[in-house]
Amino acid sequence: MFVYILKRFSSAILVALTVSIISFSLLYLSSDPAAAIAGENASGADIEAVRKFYGFDRPIAVQYFEWLTKAIQGDFGESYYFKLPVSDLIFDRLSITMKLGLSGMIFALSFAIPLGVIASIQPNSLIDRFALFLSVMGQAVPSFWLGLILIVVFSINLGWVPASGTDSFQSYILPTIVLGYYAMPAIMRLTRAGMLDVLSSDYIRTARAKGLSKRSILFKHALRNAIIPVVSLAAVQMGFMLGGAIVTESVFALHGAGYLAWESISRNDLPTIQALILIFSLFFIVFTFLADILNVWLDPRMRLN
Amino acid sequence: MTKYGKKSESVLSIQNLTIPLPISGDRKYAVENLSLEVGRNEILCIVGESGSGKSITSFSTMGLLPKILTPSNGKILFEGEDLLSMTETKRNGLLGDKMSMIFQEPMTALNPCYTVGNQLNEVFKAHRNMSAKERKKRSLDLLREVKLPNPEILYTSYPHQLSGGQRQRIIIAIAIALNPSLLIADEPTTALDVTTQAQILRLFKELKDTHNAGIIFITHDFDVVAEIADRIIVMQHGQIVEQGSADEILCRPQHPYTRLLIDAVPRKTKVKCKIDVDKPVAISVENLSKTFITKGGLFKPSRIVEAVKSANFSVKEGEILGIVGESGSGKTTLVRCLIRLLKPNDNSKINIGDLDFSNLSGSALRAERKNIQIVFQDPYGSLNPRRTIRELLIEGPVNFGVSKKEALRRAKKLLKIVRLDGDILNRYPAQFSGGQRQRICIARALAVEPKILIADEAVSALDVSVQKEVLNLLNEIKIKFGLTIIFITHDLRVAAQLCDNILVMKDGQIVERGSVEDVFEAPKNEYTQKLLAALPGQNWEAPSFV
Repeated sequence: MFVYILKRFSSAILVALTVSIISFSLLYLSSDPAAAIAGENASGADIEAVRKFYGFDRPIAVQYFEWLTKAIQGDFGESYYFKLPVSDLIFDRLSITMKLGLSGMIFALSFAIPLGVIASIQPNSLIDRFALFLSVMGQAVPSFWLGLILIVVFSINLGWVPASGTDSFQSYILPTIVLGYYAMPAIMRLTRAGMLDVLSSDYIRTARAKGLSKRSILFKHALRNAIIPVVSLAAVQMGFMLGGAIVTESVFALHGAGYLAWESISRNDLPTIQALILIFSLFFIVFTFLADILNVWLDPRMRLN
Repeated sequence: MTKYGKKSESVLSIQNLTIPLPISGDRKYAVENLSLEVGRNEILCIVGESGSGKSITSFSTMGLLPKILTPSNGKILFEGEDLLSMTETKRNGLLGDKMSMIFQEPMTALNPCYTVGNQLNEVFKAHRNMSAKERKKRSLDLLREVKLPNPEILYTSYPHQLSGGQRQRIIIAIAIALNPSLLIADEPTTALDVTTQAQILRLFKELKDTHNAGIIFITHDFDVVAEIADRIIVMQHGQIVEQGSADEILCRPQHPYTRLLIDAVPRKTKVKCKIDVDKPVAISVENLSKTFITKGGLFKPSRIVEAVKSANFSVKEGEILGIVGESGSGKTTLVRCLIRLLKPNDNSKINIGDLDFSNLSGSALRAERKNIQIVFQDPYGSLNPRRTIRELLIEGPVNFGVSKKEALRRAKKLLKIVRLDGDILNRYPAQFSGGQRQRICIARALAVEPKILIADEAVSALDVSVQKEVLNLLNEIKIKFGLTIIFITHDLRVAAQLCDNILVMKDGQIVERGSVEDVFEAPKNEYTQKLLAALPGQNWEAPSFV
């Protein structure tokens, strides 16, 4: 078990390093960074001065290690556009994105898993059809449209929750629903498919022949096996929800990290983009790592082989 | 056994049970008007081919039928109480306690997520009020009773760490945990190797006495029946065609169907036909080895498995060579190398006639593939379900340059030889039974006119009566085409019936070789002796009805 976690952890570190190299190389992939900073009307001498000042004239490896060392300490340099330290900029917004992502995921899981389980117990029943309808809707309806409709109904017409902002927890309700509903269909369908598969397996028959209670058969024997692929899927979805919440964030005017990423890309604000890429990838890596650990705990075949 | 018929002694009494099949089924009833009794201290064997309704009978007793199958008539009395009219809670209380079941496939019958101990404990938890300590003690006792080594270690092991035989013992331990009065075993040894089967059968005989239980043992294998049955019921198409004591049914069967089944049992001796010693060698293998090296990852050491170790043999034209071994002995890897689905190790040599088959590659290899063809074990999985029989049969020859017209003519001729109608050409594989599909597979293999035919467990998945027909067919084809056949099997009795010479494999090595008579009557190798000793039904010689 410990050895397995250590292995997983080391490969996670390796992936993180690879990502850091890629995000660092963005600086050189886009254009000459010195020319970009100096601006359109700068003379050759000016550009050289900028190059010296920012240290772009040194070997790339040296620059990378300097950048990485600073990044590990939380120093991503200064934003070209905001003229503020990137870390300050991201830190504020990240908490908004984290709150939104986590609540969205909790919302998605708490609906998708029970619904998937119920649908699998009675396939093709009314409730299964309803779950299918919900998930097809979730896949078909674009987030921004759902967001706007929810705002029209619940904020403008009914006035129950604020339409935008981050002032109170109520402001998170609608974005959570929109973001969670985006993640729900896949999780629901995978839970249902997994449960259907497991419920027709030989060991469930054995459990029934033992005279175990329905609850024990369903939750102890079936769900644990069915949930294993769902855990991996949820980890990937979680990564998407943190990095890919841009649409939801802009509809509800939540100034989170996703929104910042969109802003920085449109303004070519390289240090901020680099930092965001690194941080979002780290989230992916961390969640995949956590999912691996959870799966190893769930499925002994993974840790004992 | 004289207990049969005494009502007071019977544990289970099924009366006039009828279970209708859904409209789409191939007959009206899964089980029709079935009545049977099982007494204490008795092993009742239910014999029948697939689809005879024997499993449905046991599943309905355990209440494990799928929802679409519901008994329409009859009673299942367990210790005098009707299970069918009982409340579900009450019935669930009996399951695992007073009546329990053992299934065919031990590899998948245990939950992979929980330890053996946990899954044993559960039975006590569900039915008895016991302290955790007592549960553990009883569980360990059970593991000892089913003769598993190191109970303490097994208790904390997970199913995937154990072999098939060990897992089946654990399933048995779970089933006998609470001293049931009725134990149903559905083909419990079919998926196991012959030596493991022998041990499990011995265990069943002991259980009958120590637990004072009535045992229903479902099987299709008459040798197994001969080994353990007290009383036998023969089923066909959902009905009992004959029942009686083991002695009556095995030695003096009355019903034509029973006679047919017993007649199809592979005989332990073979009518010998001398093979021509002067025939040229069709295929020879020198120093054939196959080593699997699983590449290690960054943190994973690489693993080396020697699946086949330096095999040498040759087969003459018109000879049938049997390769026998238990699972994991390397026989399938050997075959895959022979037909070059796998590349053998570098210095291995496979010669087909004068052709060095082992070193060909690319288009040269493809062109020579028609010399050696194979029929696989599973007739259900080895035909593309979306292609008609015509397409399946002419594809091979057309690939090797035969005109479509000629290929079709050949296909029709082959269908006649494998005794299928020519008008089935437009049908799809799903419309045929397992035995018919295996004939189609044989016709498909023969369509490219190979010199050598490999049959890899080609009859293992078939019912005995069908198995016999396919074996006869293979023999006939050999004579007709002068074909060389390499016949892979785990079943020594089948090998004895068909083959001229035998190789016995163990752990990738050929441990014994010789003519069928030599190997079966005077085995030199210890392992071969063990295999032969493990054969069930040694004391029974199937009667002949000719």
